Amino acid sequence: MGSILIFLSALLIIGAWWLSKQGLMSKPWLEQGVATNWPPAENTSPATARMGLRVFLAVVGSLFALFISAYAIRMQLPDWRSLPLPRILWLNTGMLILGSLALQGARKSARLGKEDELKFGLLAATVATLAFLSGQLLAWRQLTAEGYLLASNSANAFFYVLTGIHGLHILGGLAALGRTTARAWQGTGLERLQLSVDLCAIYWHFLLFIWFVLLSVLTGWAENVIDICRQLLS
Amino acid sequence: MAVALILVLIAVGSVAFHLWSPWWWTPIASNWSYIDSTLVMTFWITGAVFVAVVLFMAYCIFRFRHRQGQRAHYEPESKRLELWLTVITGVGVAAMLTPGLFVWRAFITVPEDATDIEVLGQQWQWSFRLPGPDGKLGTSDIRLISPENPLGISRDDPSGQDDVIVEGGELRLPIGKPVKALLRSVDVIHNFYVPEMRAKMDLVPGQISYIWFTPTRTGTFEILCAELCGLGHPQMRGTVIVQEQKDYQAWLQEQMSRSFARLMPQAQ
Amino acid sequence: MTDVPLDPIGAAHAPVIDDVELYHPHSWVTKYVFSQDAKIIAIQYSFVALSVGLIALVLSWLMRLQLGFPGVFSFIDANAYYQFITMHGMMMVVYVLTALFLGGFGNYLIPLMVGARDMVFPYVNMLSFWIYLLAVLILVASFFAPGGPTGAGWTLYPPQAITSGTPGGQDWGIILMLVSLMVFIIGFTMGGLNYVVTVLQGRARGMTLMRMPLTVWGIFTASFMALLAFPALFVGAVMMLFDRALGTSFFMPAIVEMGQPLDRNGGSPLLFQHLFWFFGHPEVYIVALPAFGIVSDLISTHARRNIFGYRMMVWALLAIGALSFVVWAHHMYVSGMNPYFGFFFATTTLIIAIPTAIKVYNWVLTLWRGDIHLNVPMLFALAFIVTFVNGGLTGLFLGNVVVDVPLSDTMFVVAHFHMVMGVAPILVIFGAIYHWYPKVTGRMLNDTLGKLHFWITFLGAYAIFFPMHYLGLMGVPRRYYEIGDMAFVPPSAHTLNAFITIVALIVGATQLAFVFNLFWSLRHGRPAGGNPWRATTLEWQTPETPPPHGNWGKNVPTVYRWAYDYSVPGAAEDFIPQNQPNAQAASGSAHG
Repeated sequence: MGSILIFLSALLIIGAWWLSKQGLMSKPWLEQGVATNWPPAENTSPATARMGLRVFLAVVGSLFALFISAYAIRMQLPDWRSLPLPRILWLNTGMLILGSLALQGARKSARLGKEDELKFGLLAATVATLAFLSGQLLAWRQLTAEGYLLASNSANAFFYVLTGIHGLHILGGLAALGRTTARAWQGTGLERLQLSVDLCAIYWHFLLFIWFVLLSVLTGWAENVIDICRQLLS
Repeated sequence: MAVALILVLIAVGSVAFHLWSPWWWTPIASNWSYIDSTLVMTFWITGAVFVAVVLFMAYCIFRFRHRQGQRAHYEPESKRLELWLTVITGVGVAAMLTPGLFVWRAFITVPEDATDIEVLGQQWQWSFRLPGPDGKLGTSDIRLISPENPLGISRDDPSGQDDVIVEGGELRLPIGKPVKALLRSVDVIHNFYVPEMRAKMDLVPGQISYIWFTPTRTGTFEILCAELCGLGHPQMRGTVIVQEQKDYQAWLQEQMSRSFARLMPQAQ
Repeated sequence: MTDVPLDPIGAAHAPVIDDVELYHPHSWVTKYVFSQDAKIIAIQYSFVALSVGLIALVLSWLMRLQLGFPGVFSFIDANAYYQFITMHGMMMVVYVLTALFLGGFGNYLIPLMVGARDMVFPYVNMLSFWIYLLAVLILVASFFAPGGPTGAGWTLYPPQAITSGTPGGQDWGIILMLVSLMVFIIGFTMGGLNYVVTVLQGRARGMTLMRMPLTVWGIFTASFMALLAFPALFVGAVMMLFDRALGTSFFMPAIVEMGQPLDRNGGSPLLFQHLFWFFGHPEVYIVALPAFGIVSDLISTHARRNIFGYRMMVWALLAIGALSFVVWAHHMYVSGMNPYFGFFFATTTLIIAIPTAIKVYNWVLTLWRGDIHLNVPMLFALAFIVTFVNGGLTGLFLGNVVVDVPLSDTMFVVAHFHMVMGVAPILVIFGAIYHWYPKVTGRMLNDTLGKLHFWITFLGAYAIFFPMHYLGLMGVPRRYYEIGDMAFVPPSAHTLNAFITIVALIVGATQLAFVFNLFWSLRHGRPAGGNPWRATTLEWQTPETPPPHGNWGKNVPTVYRWAYDYSVPGAAEDFIPQNQPNAQAASGSAHG
């Protein structure tokens, strides 16, 4: 259970840092009147949406950290046979990076007010992400064709489950991205679009990061890290 | 008034129940009297805390109940009092934890001279395997299980040939000799539990767990399954018979006819 | 310092949800069915959770009948018995207690107590309830599925949960259970995001963290923990579903089932237990922390005294929340895991007793030199302390690894967790309902019925679960359909079992009086006014009772003080509402 504990420790540090700024040591019964430091100036609707997304990403992070913990425990059992990763995964990774970059571009254009570039960025991100998902499906088909079936070994099962759950999260993100893209075409004001594009970009970067972590686990690059994690209470 | 009185009755009644009710643990038959002592000590510490808290509440409710014109005292916190209470609690907790950890170390450290025996659980019966004259158990594998070889003992391992197999019956143990029970399950999780031995451990399919104890009293004791294992869970019983050394040896001689090799002559 | 009414649109410190942004319902359906008002959602959550609670209560009756009078009721066979205990456990822990504390009380109280107009994401909040309802329906549907619900015990340990020796293991029962849990977790995540972000972002002007009532602290911390812990159950459920339906071997080792080798290999049953308890132990505190918070406010309000050591209470809450993630394996001392973990987990488990004990001390010290009004909510709060202390102390037996060995998997464990996370939180729920019902409906619950309900429930529950510890100490294992003949169990133990059953039937039946009270008082209860308990927190200061959608009418309140200004020396009244700028002013002006 090492990876989830490391993930939670990171959250704990963030939480402790944030709480330390909230006057947790103050004696509230001595302080009357309107507190000047609350609410902070950034307490606006977009800030709330961003905070909501951040908390949600913490939940997603916890989900994947737990899957990786389970992976680390299961892989040390004697029946584990790692499977060769299909080459197409590298192409898919490229596609996901492209999607993330395109959204970053869209984010910038939205801020600068360049409507056409924004539309292009959104479209490019959608196409790249769809390419990623189809590539993942191809990888599944390729593995199945080569006989690496879901039930034949747990390494295979973990591959399908991890990529599947990651894909579902991407799919959920695509729904939001699709709505944003549609709104861009309908000519919604740039200020309102800016928030949606921002949120999509953050989500994409996070899922790209998760994908890198998954990839390093699946390829075995992270073997040493996993070994250390495993020492922690599993 | 009535509320305070009832709280006092709860505190006093709970202690009285503890002291005088007929329900208490069954007399111990193993070396784990340390577990019993730690438990009794925990009872005393926690019981004192419970009584103190409930009686203090009862006093407050009686003394500070609402009356006309009464006003509560204003005091947001008292650092000193809270610090003291924290320290006292910490000491109490340490007093329970420290002996507990020492006993746990003894519980998981098997003595050198312990005899290996095997306990095997399946839905819903117990089987046992005792080492023959060589004092060693042969290896086993779940894939070898068949109607002729219900425990899945390896035919190629010489140390398994003289193992004595007791299927669905009683486990016999000599008094005063530590045993290390290797626990194995063929289907679901079971738990080997003999209340008089105070010992208990899960049998997990796919791995071998263990406990050790030394029987200290002769007699017949019940083995229960303490981990839900399906419909027949409450019927999964067995017995362990603790005997004097010479009675045990006599029985073991008799059992040599039921060694693995005799039961499976084709293995030779 | 003067109270500056806030301009709802243009002010620099405008609250997150302005009046103009609120979704305004146009029809009865959008107002009361697909409502986005947190208060309506709270009532929906509570109604569904209490209904599930009644089903779980009936299930507990059935299993008690079997335990008290084995063999008398022929329709309760072993199959049905195991299905009853499983559904009772899972329903109570997840679908009743979690849903009621977070979905019910969280939705109602968070926006009102922090001075917000609503949750920050009202639409997502509405979805959360409907997904929860779907999860409940899937769960209840398993009663009607072929083979009935799963009988694997609420812990659902594989391999037995998905093998044929267990009711529902090879039928629909386990599948529906796992799917229902996954749906519940998705729905909860939507709600939980709202609870957390509303506290972070939606607070009224002047409401610093340290001015929040402990109820909000408790629900906030618990929601955060639930968001991080429920994924563990989700991961376990996904993997077990794959094992059951698609033949994978995540948790399934090679086994021979009833003489037939199964085509599985190498899986680890202990892996599931780690995942389950990584969720399962924080879950205990997810139920307990809101109860801690609520009970602090009940005691403080009805003892007319500030909660003693507020800061310590907040720190203890946070410490418990953090520590509860590193104690999970104390449920697995005898599971066959690496025995050396016992040292670590026994230590962390006993350390968590210290902040918990501090909370208990501060509750009773709040009573000390107070002005105690023994109203029905206060009675429930006091009873909570008794049962919680009792159940918490027996936790020290089970947490101390070697003492756990003889007690683990016996009735001692059943008695312990019912006392500490069954009876104690449910007493808080009752107390909280008696306390906040006047705000929700504008009328008081009937006092006589309330006292009757209280005494039978409290004394009955204590009489059920206190002696049960001693059955476990004697060695009676839990989850036994029938004890049958055990040499070490004297006949008097069977009498005790019958006694427990009879008390359980009486306590259960008394809950009907409570349900009756809930409906009867809707029309016939005494009108309550805006602030019947003369409390300081914001929810009692709304301009209208019950509060309408948007809570605050035109002006969102400004907060000038912490939540516990009771009996302040020199003040005109023995309480000063949080939104009252001046200690001397008459409190009547602050509420309507």
